Formats: sequence, structure tokens, C-alpha cells
Amino acid sequence: MALKMVKGSIDRMFDKNLQDLVRGIRNHKEDEAKYISQCIDEIKQELKQDNIAVKANAVCKLTYLQMLGYDISWAAFNVVEVMSAPKFTFKRIGYLAASQCFHEGTDVIMLTTNQIRKDLSSPSQYDTGVALTGLSCFVTPDLARDLANDIMTLMSHTKPYIRKKAVLIMYKVFLKYPESLRPAFPRLKEKLEDPDPGVQSAAVNVICELARRNPKNYLSLAPLFFKLMTSSTNNWVLIKIIKLFGALTPLEPRLGKKLIEPLTNLIHSTSAMSLLYECVNTVIAVLISLSSGMPNHSASIQLCVQKLRILIEDSDQNLKYLGLLAMSKILRTHPKSVQAHKDLVLQCLDDKDESIRLRALDLLYGMVSKKNLMEIVKKLMMHVDKAEGTAYRDELLTKIIDICSQSNYQHITNFEWYISILVELTRLEGTRHGHLIAAQMLDVAIRVKAIRRFAVSQMSALLDSAHLVASSTQRNGICEVLYAAAWICGEFSEHLQEPQRTLEAMLRPRVTTLPGHIQAVYVQNVVKLYAAILQQKEQAGDSQAAQEATQLLVERLPQFVQSADLEVQERASCILQLVKHVQKLQAKDMPVAEEVSALFAGELNPVAPKAQKKVPVPEGLDLDAWINEPLSDSESEDEAPKAIFHDEEQRPAKQRPPEADEQELARRREARKQEQANNPFYIKSSPSPQKRYQDTPGVDHIPVVQIDLSVPLKVPGMPMSDQYVKLEEERRHQQRLEKDRKRKKKRERERRGTRRHSSLHTESDEDIAPAQRVDIVTEEMPENALPSDEDDKDPNDPYRALDIDLDKPLADSEKLPVQKHRNAETSKSPEKEDVPVVEKKSKKPKKKEKQHKEKERGRGKKEAAGRGEDLDFWLSTTPPAAAPAPEEPGVKASVTAPEEEREEPQGEEQAADEGEQDPEKKPSKHKKKKHKKDKEERPKDKKKSRKKASREGAAEPVENGALDEEPLPPMSSYCLLAENSYIKMTYDIQGSLQEDSRVTVSMVLENQSSSFLKSMELNVLDSLNARLARPEGSSVHDGVPVPFQLPPGISNEAQFVFTIQSIVMAQKLKGTLSFIAKNDEGSTHEKLDFKLHFPCTSYLITTPCYSDAFAKLLESGDLSMSSIKVDGISMSFQNLLAKICFHHHFSVVERVDSCASMYSRSIQGHHVCLLVKKGEKSVSVDGKCNDSTLLSNLLEEMKGTLAQC
Amino acid sequence: MIKAILIFNNHGKPRLSKFYQPYVSTPPPPIRSEDTQQQIIRETFHLVSKRDENVCNFLEGGLLIGGSDNKLIYRHYATLYFVFCVDSSESELGILDLIQVFVETLDKCFENVCELDLIFHVDKVHNILAEMVMGGMVLETNMNEIVTQIDAQNKLEKSEAGLAGAPARAVSAVKNMNLPEIPRNINIGDISIKVPNLPSFK
Repeated sequence: MALKMVKGSIDRMFDKNLQDLVRGIRNHKEDEAKYISQCIDEIKQELKQDNIAVKANAVCKLTYLQMLGYDISWAAFNVVEVMSAPKFTFKRIGYLAASQCFHEGTDVIMLTTNQIRKDLSSPSQYDTGVALTGLSCFVTPDLARDLANDIMTLMSHTKPYIRKKAVLIMYKVFLKYPESLRPAFPRLKEKLEDPDPGVQSAAVNVICELARRNPKNYLSLAPLFFKLMTSSTNNWVLIKIIKLFGALTPLEPRLGKKLIEPLTNLIHSTSAMSLLYECVNTVIAVLISLSSGMPNHSASIQLCVQKLRILIEDSDQNLKYLGLLAMSKILRTHPKSVQAHKDLVLQCLDDKDESIRLRALDLLYGMVSKKNLMEIVKKLMMHVDKAEGTAYRDELLTKIIDICSQSNYQHITNFEWYISILVELTRLEGTRHGHLIAAQMLDVAIRVKAIRRFAVSQMSALLDSAHLVASSTQRNGICEVLYAAAWICGEFSEHLQEPQRTLEAMLRPRVTTLPGHIQAVYVQNVVKLYAAILQQKEQAGDSQAAQEATQLLVERLPQFVQSADLEVQERASCILQLVKHVQKLQAKDMPVAEEVSALFAGELNPVAPKAQKKVPVPEGLDLDAWINEPLSDSESEDEAPKAIFHDEEQRPAKQRPPEADEQELARRREARKQEQANNPFYIKSSPSPQKRYQDTPGVDHIPVVQIDLSVPLKVPGMPMSDQYVKLEEERRHQQRLEKDRKRKKKRERERRGTRRHSSLHTESDEDIAPAQRVDIVTEEMPENALPSDEDDKDPNDPYRALDIDLDKPLADSEKLPVQKHRNAETSKSPEKEDVPVVEKKSKKPKKKEKQHKEKERGRGKKEAAGRGEDLDFWLSTTPPAAAPAPEEPGVKASVTAPEEEREEPQGEEQAADEGEQDPEKKPSKHKKKKHKKDKEERPKDKKKSRKKASREGAAEPVENGALDEEPLPPMSSYCLLAENSYIKMTYDIQGSLQEDSRVTVSMVLENQSSSFLKSMELNVLDSLNARLARPEGSSVHDGVPVPFQLPPGISNEAQFVFTIQSIVMAQKLKGTLSFIAKNDEGSTHEKLDFKLHFPCTSYLITTPCYSDAFAKLLESGDLSMSSIKVDGISMSFQNLLAKICFHHHFSVVERVDSCASMYSRSIQGHHVCLLVKKGEKSVSVDGKCNDSTLLSNLLEEMKGTLAQC
Repeated sequence: MIKAILIFNNHGKPRLSKFYQPYVSTPPPPIRSEDTQQQIIRETFHLVSKRDENVCNFLEGGLLIGGSDNKLIYRHYATLYFVFCVDSSESELGILDLIQVFVETLDKCFENVCELDLIFHVDKVHNILAEMVMGGMVLETNMNEIVTQIDAQNKLEKSEAGLAGAPARAVSAVKNMNLPEIPRNINIGDISIKVPNLPSFK
């Protein structure tokens, strides 16, 4: 044996280790693949040996090969073997390999559950640590479910090294097994205040990560984080918290207000740039969320912008980059303050670093205004010329288009300028954004009517020089603009000056080298042009010219007929036939123009991009149903149509009336001409040599008329946008002059005595009148379109499952699955062992859940509302500095104590008393059992009821729960309502904060007879003040049916909701329960009268309260006061308090010796504060409340309770 | 969250790769396949290597590394690139500091670290990294704490090897003797890149 071991280790000496492998690979540069495959063979041999050290060595080498891209999943089982080695050295190798190559699909993972569990509970902290690290990389939903409880235990490990790892890995567990979040959360929250900074940081890390995805569930933690932020000195933690606040503020603007001050302090004080930067970022987020709320935040903005400027001006490129990034966030809400730094941003455009240039470009987008658009775009155009590398140039191009077209061309004052910019952009070689430019050209030409004439002249020039653009015919290349050019020239052919010339340009043989979809547009628009020419010539009586045009088409169209592109071919041959027909008619000297142009009659409207989607599906139409059952073989079906549809998409949709008669057409044209004539702006926009409407009366007041643009228009592709900049300046200058003139006049008039309001002269955006009337046609939407934008949340988002309300108290059913038979000595396969346990677990709670669902829900809401109140209090307290330090322990105690208590029963005795844990919750079936037990095992019951008290939310005496050992007497809030030989009714009333003032009466009905009770119906005589909520449609005299029947000896609970108007007085309602009792002899109709008593107490809702908020409340002075004193009390103070908490729905705020302050809230929002003092044999209660009547009634009721003590 | 940590040299040879989230490649079956990982390494190298020395250390991620939320944050030391791919919950400057801490820790553990250390002891580098980052979340940023834990684990390892390990160590020493001296000149001398410092780290 010993010999064998020695032999093994000597063998091992000559095995390759990792270093040898690496060295070998480096020595075999030429035949690396071969060498490695040889090594893999060796490794396979090594893995077959029994010696675990050899195996570990092999796995270690495999891990290295994995990094080089080799698949090692075949060795997964060996990895598991090495993981389970007893020695840490090997274990670590195994876990490393697993973390590198295991994933959810790896099937051996399920073999690891027990091994990992064993390692987690190992006495060596490094075994545990290495298991946690490995698990964090390959945890699966199954592993998460099975190990969640073990990991949760580790969160309270004595070693901080383990604690912090356990805390961190919980995030991964939550992701894979969201059900674990709620049970584990209280402990996680505890870890925020762990003494070890590493653990604390880990907890912050996890909660921040959780909160980032579902911030609203974590709002209630804000006070805690706020405390951490003001106390922590660890920058990592601070950064995380500050980032978290950035995510929370949009949900709660008041939080922002509270944050501003400490954040500004941090900004001023910190020397760490990373912290400074995050502070600035969060302040920005706060300001965004407050944008309307706070009047004087301009100082904060100035501070941010100023700090960011420092960052941007820094020589460190990283800071510069981040500065720009943050700046763009401010820009969204406060563009003015950023625009002041335009110089800086433009300077960054010249930076050698592309990332920085791109960020600067982003900023420019928001910085443009009517005033500076031209200037900025000019600068960008210069960069376009200079830019090397097409990627950046393309980025510039898209940015220019984005900037100009943003919010419906809001900033463009001169569309001629914009068109020229677009034309200039067409000169970019090798860009891949031709389609973008084309789309812009089309959009502008269609939507800005006034620009059409100019656009057409530019486009015809473009078509004329198409050879320049068409040199590269790649898809989406610049040739795409020809698509737009051809279409615009065709559609708006009435604006063409030399239609014939354009027609010829479109029929050049070179055109056939263009992509098919462009050719198709060419062909179609050639006809439009042709129609326009016919019209023109026939009107002029020049039939010769008309025939020439026809002849041209007949000659040139055949080149398209031969096209390989189906679309082109089809259109061309169609049109060729048409033209030939026209030719015949022309030969007979018949007028054809009207008929040909009728083909293209009609106005054209832009359609909103979403319009198609919004067309509602007509009733009875099932879009998913097959019209024809598909053939079994569908090969190559989808390729051809795809291309066609793609083309179709780019073509703007046309809506044409099928036939518009010629008269109508003529009428429309006439109307349009009229309209143009009357449109003063129209003239300005047609700076062509033929200024047709120039002499029209009534236009001479237009400021800019004398612009001679005829020259540049002739020369395509010449940079002329610059001219517009100059012109624009002139124009504005003139406008200003004119305004001044007007103002002078006004002033004169004012001097003459007429009082007019005169405004200050500032050249703001609004003052700049656009050169064209920007008649931007709104996009059409289908009728009865659905208005809502369906939010497209990704249903596969893994974080959605973590959107869980954490404020609800834990239900019994919410527990982490616990492995019961942990030490299975026999090496059974873990599957078999795990599955049944889990199943048992999950079945049990389910049943319960159903039973308590309703109740649970109601209570959850109540509790959640209570927490919300906490936050309200915290938020409403003024400056954070005022948060009184000495009171903090009290605060802490009242927050954490209930948590702990909720924890305890869970960890220890969960399964044991799961069944009877909560008698109050399951009063029905266990009623009888409970009575029996009362007698049998008194002590246990006491324990139970105590638990019940705490579960009720009545924060049982907090500071000293463990000190006083005196047991609490059993308490039940259910009191007798009515009883006869058939049935016994007990009830309890609970308020709820939802909607208007409502209380829920839970009524337990117990069948005391041997008859079967059915058709139970409850009816109440409503008073003015209190009403039974009846099902819709029933009258006030109808009863409410009880939703169950009662066999003999069974009890069940029904709930009824009552609406209460005024809650200051106790109420009494008379009612009747009617039912049919059926037994062997027959059935009888029975009824039982009762008086339902609503004490004022029943309108109170247990609401926890922080002591500082409590103090504020008392100080506020708008509460009235009253007090009572009860003598002859022998009960201990603790029990007394518990009694008040339980029966009167109060919570303890603070307790000092024999004096306690308590708080509660009514369903209508009254605050009720109590000061309870115990003297010798007497108790005095001082109360303060918004309403004195309510208070005195409450105190009377309390007197009754105390008198029984 | 940190999505991935990559170390490669000036020629794009991977020296360490750690992926904290599976990169789903279509079609589904090979979820976190080695091929996808290699592709990511190549693409990242391509992005990072063409950048000048004195430009910013942040990059909007490539397509493979997933989503617009992600950023590449890298540092270049001598012959090695250290690249962290992170999402928006991480502070950019914080991660830069973390890289610095990582490299300084390596420097301490390997005593004047150079690329060869990373080549031959990738497992140790993994172990060091595991003490800093766990499952994509920052575990520890204090260098002394990290070094303490690593030392303790090494001691544990040595005690486990005990006598049985001695012959193996001897053999490995003999093997190394035959080699030319491992050149130590590629060290990370220029660690003094200006770091916006978080005081807590130092």
C-alpha cells in the first residue's frame, strides 16, 4: 500500500503540470493544434487514474485549455470528482474549473448539490469560501433552491470572510430562485449594519443591484441608506449608495429634497474624483425629478455644471469623457445652463479621442437652437470634410441629420439651407447612410410644401449629375439619394423648370447600373414627368414637342424592360405599352395629356410611422388563422418576397383616389395656385429666376426679397450652405431692424398717450421668424387607432421575477426549503434524496396559502401602508442634520425588533408547529382543537399567543422582550356576537387604509347543532354613518349571502366590509343572520339577531412610528389632549402594553422604565399618540389626537380594557 | 455588475478570461460556448488595441459583450491589457481603481509581476481575482486584506502538500533549471499612471 503511494507520487513527478503544458505550447508554435490534441490525449489518460492528485493536475491543465478556446465539457464529471477531493488544494482546482466551464445546461451540476452543501458547512473557512466563489459562477435554479437556506445560515457566520461572500452570493440566488428573496431579505437588511465593513459593503452591493432593477420596492430602505451615507467613510459603499439614490429619486421627489444638501456637502468636501462624479450624477437625477418642485435649485445646477466643466477641462481623458457624459444628462432638463458651455463642447469635437468626440456630438444634439443651428451644422460639416475613417464620418452624418430633424424640424428656420446641406452630404464617398439622406429629402419635400419648388430644382440638378453619385452602387450607399431625387422630381414635376432635360437625365443608359429598387422608382417617375410634359406642351399647342417626348420614351424604355430586376421589368413593360398607345393617339392628333396625368392625380399625405400598427383589428378577423393550410414543403419560400417587401417599405405610401375626374383635378390645381399666390412666404422660397409671383400685390412688406440665389442653384454639389448662413444673418438683422422700427412706432404711439405693453428686447429663439412658413404636415393616423403605446417590456427579463414587495410581512408559507435528512451516509444519488423532500414542502404551504390568501392580502396591504407612513414621516422631517443622534438607538430598536421576532419562529421551530402556529389565523378548523389544547398544554399556547401578538404587528414591548420572563396571558380579539342552539357567532373588526374609510368584519360562524346549516344570509340595518358593502346591483334591504355551508360541528370564517363615514364615535348596527337548518327530520328556516358593535378602536390601524417623527408630531401643536387614570391594576407593565397594543392597535414608540409612548393611526388618518405611565397600582394614560371626540371615546374604551387587568 | 474580466497581451493572446454571465449564442444549445468567449476576446482586443495610449479608458461595448448598458473599462500595462466589461451600476472611475488594485495585488503576490507570471500561473491569478470579485460583484477592495487571505490559502496548500509534495517540487526545480532564465524585464513598471484616487484604497 505504502509502496503504491510512493510509486504514485513518483509517477506523478513526470506528468506534465500546468507549467510544462504552457511551456510545451510555447515551444510548438508551428504545430500548436497538434501538440494540444496530443496533450488532451494525455490528460484523458491521467483522468482515468485513481490518484486524485493526478486528476487535479489534469483538470488544472484543462482549465488553461478552456481559456484558449478548447471545449472541455466532456471532463465535467472529472471536475466534480476533483471538487469533492478532501484537500483544499484540489478542491480549489475543481471549483475553479467548474466556475469556468459549467453552465445551466451542464447536467452533472445536479450531482454537486450535496458536495457543495458539505463544503459550505466545512469547518475550514477556505473550503466554504472556495465553494461560495465557485457556486457564484454556476448556480442554477435547482442549486439555488436547495442551497438557499444553507447560504442564509452562512450570512450569520462568525467569520466576516464567510459572511461577506454569503451575502454577495445571495444576489445570484435571488436571480435564480426569486422565491427566496422575501424570506432572506430581513437578514440581508441586517447586514447593512454589520460591524465588518466588508460585509456591510457586500450587503450594500447586493441591495443596490436589486434596487436598480425594481427601485420602488426598496424605497422604504431610504432612511437606512441615508444614515449609512452620512456615516460611512468607505468610498465604494458611498458610491454605491449614491448611485442607488439616483435610481430612487425619480420615484420619490421628496427624497431628492432631503438629499440635495448632504450631496452638495460631499461635492465640496471630497477629494476622490469618482465620488465627486457620482455625487454630481445623483444631484442631476434629483434635479431632474424635481424639475418643477423646487424653486431655488439653480444654485445646485450651477454647482454641477461648474464641477463638470472642471472635469471636462481636465487633461485626464477619462474625466473629460465622464464630464461630457454627465453634462448630457443635465442637458435633457436644463438645456440653458449647458448651452453656456457650447465653446467647450465644440472644442471637444476636435479632440483626438473618438469616444470623447462622440460624447460631444451627443451633447450638441441638445444644444442647438434656432439661433445657432446653422453655425453648429457648419462646424460639423467642416469636421465631415476633415474626418478620416468612415465610421466617424458616418456618425457625424447621422448626427447632423438627427440634430436638424429633431422634434419635427423645430430648429430649422430655413429649409432651403437644409436641403442644400443634404445635397452637400451626398458628396460623401463611401458612406453607408445614403438611405438616411434620401429619407430626409423625401420627408422635407413632402411635408414642407413651400420648399417643393426649391427641392425639385436641387433634385433635378442631382439627377443631372447622377454619374457623380452613382459611382458606388453598394446597398445603402450614397446612390440611395437618387431614389429620393427621382421620386421628388416626378411627384412634384409641376415645379420643374426644364422637365425635358430632367427626363433625359433619367433615361440615360447609365441608370441601368443602379440598384433595382432605384431603377423602379426611376421608371415610375419618368412617366409622371412625361405626363407633366405632355400637359405643358399640349397647353402650349406644341404637339411636335409632345410627340418628341413620347418618342424619347419609346426609344429608351426598352433598356429597362431588359432589366434583371422583376419590379423594374414589370413596370417598364407596362409603361412602354402605355406610351406606345399614347403615341398612336398622338398620331391621330388627339389630346392625351389630361388622361395620362389622371394616372397620377391626387394629393399625397405623409403617414405616421406607427399608423400601420395602430389599425385596430376588425372584429371577427383572426390574423393567425390560416387562409390556406400551408403546404408541407415550404422551401425557399421566404427569400424572394423579403426583398420585395424591403423595397416596398422604403417607398412612401401613397393614397390616391382611384379616379379623380379632370374637372376636379383642374379645380384643385387652380386652388393650389391660388393658395400659393396668397401665401406670402411662398415667394421667398422660390428664388428661381422666374419669380412668377413677385409682382403679386401685398407682398412687399416681406423683409427679405432681394436674395439672388439663381447662381448657386445651377451648379449642383457646390457648397452653398454657407451662403445661407450669411443670408440668414442678414435676414435676422433685417427682422431686428424692422422690429426696432415697429417698436419705435409703438413707443411713439405710447408717447402719444396710448398705453401699450412693451416688452424688453432680447433676441430669444422665439423672435426668429422662420424664412419659410414651416407648414409641416402632420402625419396621418388611421381612424379609431388605439392611443396607448403598449410598453414593450421584455417578458424574458430575468430581473422581472425579482419585482417583489418586500414590505409585506412574511407569511408562514414563505420559507426557504430546508434539507431535512442532511447526513445521508449512503451515497444515494442526490436527486432521489432531494426531490421528495422538496415536494412535501411545497405542497403543504400551498394548501395553507389558499386558505389564508384573502386574509393575508388584506393584512399585507395594511402593513405596507404602514411602512409607507414611516417613509412619509422620515421624508417630511426637515433637514437631515436635525436627525437627533441620541434617539437613534430607539429608532433602530423599533425597526429591527419586529423583524427579528418574525425571524425567530422561522429558523427554529418552523415545520414543527407549522400546523397550529397561528390559531387566530385559522380559527375555523382548529377552533375545537384549540380549546382542547388550551387545557392540555397551557404553556405552549402562551407561547403561541405571544407570537400572535407580534405577528399582529403590535410591536410587543421592544427593548426588553427577553428581560421580563413573565408570560403573557392568551389574548384573542374575537368577541362573541350572538349565539343560539344552532350557531355561535364571534367577530373581529379590522380597519384597512385602502380607498375610503372601510373596516372589515371577520365573522366566525360555528355550527353548534347536529343539523346541516345552509343558505346563510347576513343582513344589517344600515345607519347613516355605517353601511354594509353589498354586491353591486342589490338594494339596501338585500342580505349578503355567506359563501359557505356548515356541516355539524364545523366553523368557518366570513368577511364583510362596512363603509364608515365618521369614525369619531362608536357605532352599533342591528342585524340578522338567517339560515336553513337541515337534519334527518327535515329542514327549518331559522334566524339569529345580533348587534354589531364598532368601537372606535376598530378604526385604528397599527402603525409603527419613529421616535423623532413622534416628537415632531407632538410638537406640532395641532393635537388636542385628554387623559384617564385607572386604579387597582396588578398586571405587569409589559403585559399592560401588550394588551393595549393588541386590543387597541397601538405600537410602542419608546419605553423608558414604567413609562411608554405609543402611536396609532386611524383609517381616516388621525394621529393618536399616547403616553402611558404606571404608578403604584394605577395607570394613567395621556392621549393626544387630531380629533378630541375620537380621543375621549378611545380613552373610554381603553379604560374598559384596563379595568379588567 | 461586472460581466467579464479579460486579460490579453499586445497581440491579443488571452492570459486570463473570466465570464460572469453566460453569453447566449443563437441557436440556444451551446450557451456559454468557448467559441463565443473567444469571439468576445478577439472583438474586445480589436476594439482596445487600436486606441492610442493617451485617450480615455472607456469604450462603449461591442455587440457581443451585450447591450448598450455595458461599457468596457480597460488599462494597459506594459504588454498587457486588463479589460473589465461592466454595466451601468458600476462607477467607471471606481472600476479603474479596482484594476489598479488588482495589478498592484498581483505585483505584491508575484513580487514584481510580469507577463510570464500570468502565463505560467494563470490558476494563481484566478485565485487572487476570486478574492476581489465574486460572481461579478466586487468583494474586497482592500489590498492588504486580499493579500492576507491569499497568503493564508497558500500556507494551507503547502501544509497539505507536506512531505509528499517535496519530490514534485524538486522535479519542477530541475525542469526549470534546463530553461534559459525566465526574462523578468517585461514588468509593469509604469504603474504610476495617473489614478484619480479613492483614498480608501490606499
